Amino acid sequence: MSEQYLKKINVTVNGVSQVAQIPPRMTLLDFLRDELDLTGSHAGCEHGVCGACSVIHDGAPVRSCLMYAVQADGCEVTTVEGLSHADGTLSILQDCFCETHAMQCGYCTPGMLIAGHSLLQENSSPSEMQIVEAIGGNICRCTGYRQIIEAIALAASRLKEAS
Amino acid sequence: MTEYRYVGKPRRTKEDRRFVTGQGSFVGDIKCRAMKHVALVMSPFPSAEIKSIDASEALALDGVHYILTGTELENATNSLMSGLDLPNYQRYPLASKVTRYAGEWVAAVVADSRYIAEDAAELVYVDYEALDFVVDPEEAIKPGAPIVHPEIGGNIFFQRKFEWGAVDDDFSSADHAISYRARWSRNSTVPIETFGVVAQWNSSEELLDVWASIQMPKYQEQIGNALKLSSNNVRVHYDVDVGGSYGVKRGIKHSVLVGYLSMKLGYPVRLIEDRLENMIGGDAHGPDRIFDVDMAFDGEGIVKSMRMRALDDAGASPGRAPLQLGKPVTAIVGPYRIRSVEYEAISVSTHKTTQEAVRGFGQSPTNFAIEAGIDKVARFLNLDRFEIRRRNFIEKDEFPYEIPSGTSYDSGDYHTVLSKTEKLANISSLLAKRDRIRAEGKFAGIGIATCLEPSGGNAGFEPLFNEKNPTTTWMESCQVKIDLNGSITGIIATTSAGQGHESLVSTVIGEVLQRNPASIRITRTDSLASLPSNSPVGSRMAIMLGGAAQGASEKIRKQLIRIAAHNLQMPVDQLEYGNGDVVTIKEPKNKIEWCELIEIAHRRYHDLPDDMEPGLQARHVWEVPTGGSMPTPDGKVQMYPCYSFEAHIPLVSIDPLTGQVTIHDYYIGHDCGTQINPHIVHGMTYGGIAHGIGAALYEKFEYNDDGQLLAGTFMDYLLPSAHEIPKVKMVDHCTPSPLTPMGQKGSGEGGYLGAPAAIASAVNDALEPLGSEILTLPMRVQDIEEVLCDAI
Amino acid sequence: MKAAAFDYIRPDTLEAVLEALDRAGDEGRIIAGGQTLVPMMAMRLVKAELLIDINHIQTLTGIDTSAESLSIRACTRQAEAAASKEIINNLPLLAKALEHVGHTQTRNRGTVGGSVANADPSAEIPIVARCLDAKITALKKGSERQICAGNFFYSAMDTALEDTECLTEIRFPIWNEEVVGSGFHEVSIRNSDYALVAVAAQLATDSGGICTRAAVAVGGCAPAAVKIDAVGKALVGRPLSDTDFDEACGLVVEALDPDTDVHATAEYRQRVAGRIVRRVLEEARAEVYEARNE
Repeated sequence: MSEQYLKKINVTVNGVSQVAQIPPRMTLLDFLRDELDLTGSHAGCEHGVCGACSVIHDGAPVRSCLMYAVQADGCEVTTVEGLSHADGTLSILQDCFCETHAMQCGYCTPGMLIAGHSLLQENSSPSEMQIVEAIGGNICRCTGYRQIIEAIALAASRLKEAS
Repeated sequence: MTEYRYVGKPRRTKEDRRFVTGQGSFVGDIKCRAMKHVALVMSPFPSAEIKSIDASEALALDGVHYILTGTELENATNSLMSGLDLPNYQRYPLASKVTRYAGEWVAAVVADSRYIAEDAAELVYVDYEALDFVVDPEEAIKPGAPIVHPEIGGNIFFQRKFEWGAVDDDFSSADHAISYRARWSRNSTVPIETFGVVAQWNSSEELLDVWASIQMPKYQEQIGNALKLSSNNVRVHYDVDVGGSYGVKRGIKHSVLVGYLSMKLGYPVRLIEDRLENMIGGDAHGPDRIFDVDMAFDGEGIVKSMRMRALDDAGASPGRAPLQLGKPVTAIVGPYRIRSVEYEAISVSTHKTTQEAVRGFGQSPTNFAIEAGIDKVARFLNLDRFEIRRRNFIEKDEFPYEIPSGTSYDSGDYHTVLSKTEKLANISSLLAKRDRIRAEGKFAGIGIATCLEPSGGNAGFEPLFNEKNPTTTWMESCQVKIDLNGSITGIIATTSAGQGHESLVSTVIGEVLQRNPASIRITRTDSLASLPSNSPVGSRMAIMLGGAAQGASEKIRKQLIRIAAHNLQMPVDQLEYGNGDVVTIKEPKNKIEWCELIEIAHRRYHDLPDDMEPGLQARHVWEVPTGGSMPTPDGKVQMYPCYSFEAHIPLVSIDPLTGQVTIHDYYIGHDCGTQINPHIVHGMTYGGIAHGIGAALYEKFEYNDDGQLLAGTFMDYLLPSAHEIPKVKMVDHCTPSPLTPMGQKGSGEGGYLGAPAAIASAVNDALEPLGSEILTLPMRVQDIEEVLCDAI
Repeated sequence: MKAAAFDYIRPDTLEAVLEALDRAGDEGRIIAGGQTLVPMMAMRLVKAELLIDINHIQTLTGIDTSAESLSIRACTRQAEAAASKEIINNLPLLAKALEHVGHTQTRNRGTVGGSVANADPSAEIPIVARCLDAKITALKKGSERQICAGNFFYSAMDTALEDTECLTEIRFPIWNEEVVGSGFHEVSIRNSDYALVAVAAQLATDSGGICTRAAVAVGGCAPAAVKIDAVGKALVGRPLSDTDFDEACGLVVEALDPDTDVHATAEYRQRVAGRIVRRVLEEARAEVYEARNE
């Protein structure tokens, strides 16, 4: 690679330790997609507005286009690929997204799932306003958000039943 | 009404599972070995002569492979297609001698990574000499205005005035007439995925493989024509998930550019627009339209006639933009019994980004202009806005109903849908709520819009606007096959951008063959392996792809019955198909089961009827219902077969201090005939409303006096978030279309075709006590506040 | 939209940061949350030879409260500040403003110091800093200084900070009057947009309801957040009546000279600022009344 600077990093992604040599200017999003082939996280605007690139970084949802991969050295990252169970079955939230058809083109979906997943980790019975707040930084152009809000609310009630 | 087993039932879609696991396959996920990346050099001037380009420094950069200029590309390729008859006009992916808008692509850099390509793009030095420019479409058609394309001889791409019926007589005999101007500002669908394309040239096969986030009819033919290739040297892969399009992903210039580069350089080349390239130079803006309208009506509010002049700013090139003035001809009177219409369509070129097809293809702006007039007539006569609509609606027993422009509406029940929506909204309590908000010192208003969604089009606007283009069909196709093990596969020939084509086709096949759609695989093939197709535009796939899938499935069913008849030695009319088995009607025990029928078809040629092909597959290519006729000399045409209907009722309030609009409630009644998957229909309608709210209140590609686009990022082009979209409540109605196999109509543009008009209606109801109104979209906070300021 | 190449270091100590800044001069740049810087670099509106990451310096996070002031260390995340009981209890004005900062995902990463250092004219934290005359601590190799918020903000991404300085802390004074009320309101087009107009106000009165101290700052109406000193002066010694507020709002409109941009005209911002100041003063007064009744 014809890059002037290179740094070695070690990031735990979806529970797997990943070591790589990358240019510091590479965003975390590009690292996940291009180096690790985890193409679930999407580039929508690359300037931090649309939320399609959302991932969980050390427990909190962040924009992976607004972090350089070098900054994640030593950190833990979870992407949409890490939300399913190890055997490939869907998480309750993923299943609810299918149940209410909380998507159309699927491009913003991984970011929406990350936002919804993070909300449900902190708040087991969110109000509609809290769901709106949680996904308020993620733009969807297909759904008008209604079936996404329904999916997250449904997942909250199913998670409660399950526990 | 027909009872269906799978159709109309809320079923999970086939597509969702891959998206929730991050396993969708978008163009940005396509990886080819040794793939190179493109970044673009954009013109900073709205118009400039390109004196010279010095790419030496850029080329010297490590990892940079090539810099392509407009001159090289123009010499090596054919002009891109235009929808109009403009003999001297040519268009290429890169500007060569002059630039025609700020942001137009001037050179393309090919490098090992997008990062390096951008490094190099900064080092391409272009010597420009700025030229005069014009960005206001009304200025552009005045004498002496700078001309965007001198070879066309002026700034008008297209102009035609149609007169259908006795317009002058109707105006002179009417009790009243009003005139108004309605302005639809430039916006677009702005999908979250930008446009992207990967091209890979295989020189030994002489085959160009193309993966793109495309929604474009005749795409491979257009690539072939531009690159001087037979179109069987181009293979477009349809198994690419498209991250939203809503009409706009027509990246033909992008595709020709990377196709050329891949052929020239010998390795796979990819161009994924970044957000700036997309917004500024991606040629994906939407209608930008000034309507001047006169309406003639009687004292009861019955609208007799309408004159509409629609002047549209197409930007720098006539992509498909001018044709977006043509489609509204198919529903030019909306749901109303207006008996004569004069319609003048003018497509103007300016030094702005090129316009492309946008959801509704010009219908949503037109609906807004018509609905604004209906509200104004009501206000003029002091009539209720709901009542005036009821008085003007076409009655349900008048269908098929031919409107003045020659189109026949298939079916509808507008009165019932409106009253169902009013009931859902509980109008009297909604009015009370509005008045309570008003009593608190705010402005509040209820909106109403009753609009049509023409669907399933046959591209009749093409011959209407260009008589050298005799297109009267936009067929769609499907192949269904059943393998030796009895597994069913449907083969379709289109990319999907969230419309759920796999769910649609599997449901239809499952319905006809009475097999569980979950067990049916749908595969999206490529342009060489596929039957003829026209891409999912014009709200047409439920009708056209649904119809094609039904046709193919029915052929298979007939084939199975014939096999059974042959082997049972019974006439066909004494047999019945059930769950895959074929049963004797009188003696149900006497039957041949699914597995055996399939075995006969695949192995036992000796048991097949004499004239039957072995194997079990069927193809169906379906012509658009009502298609096949050219426009008359006076411009009458049957353009679209099916007409969905929607009634919107929102309640908004305006903060008197700031002009901010809050949408408190939103009700919609929707009739798109038989729904194949209600989840999908509802989702598209919710999404269309959100998109329409954006157009009504937030979204605008604003240009300044220097010809620069001011809204080139998501900080400045404001897409509504979950905060801005209210909890929409919806009621369905079903008036089946008599023209389609299951009574389905289109729904891909639903919501969007009425929401802008409805929000405008609501805001203007709120401003009504002040005697003010706004007929320019988007209604921005500053515009509303200014009206409040002036009025108080 | 990819950044130009840069080198990157992640020092463990503040001393190492200052040393690196000193060596890099105008070619170095601090990265904290990156929520403003990264997009600017992606659009190549900002370039740096060296990014110095301060996210892992323990001494740069945390909130410290004393009787007179509340200090927020530069790398404290906006989300952490928004949830901080110390801020809610001691600096309700800042707590109100923090509710409007970005959205969940940018607050999780964005820092309080970054918001101040990037000095967007509409950003909430700088407005509160101006309103309350916060002190900003800047360190460079071998020296430390305190900059009054009034002297700190020039325009977006332009502040009194020198290239070799690192912002380490913002200290907000706590008003210790018996009766204090505050208000914050912003007008934005969409919920999470930068404000067209944002106003912060804090009022203190004596037990008789006469204003003893008043501060109003406005964002979005000048190259940087501005404090309208005339308003404070006009209200002190008065009973905070509607007439007093009318007068104060007139002063606001006179004092502002906003620009027109793609989102709103100068005239809009100016008119609306006057009205929002009024709204916010009323909110603060309501708190004052409430406090007096307790």
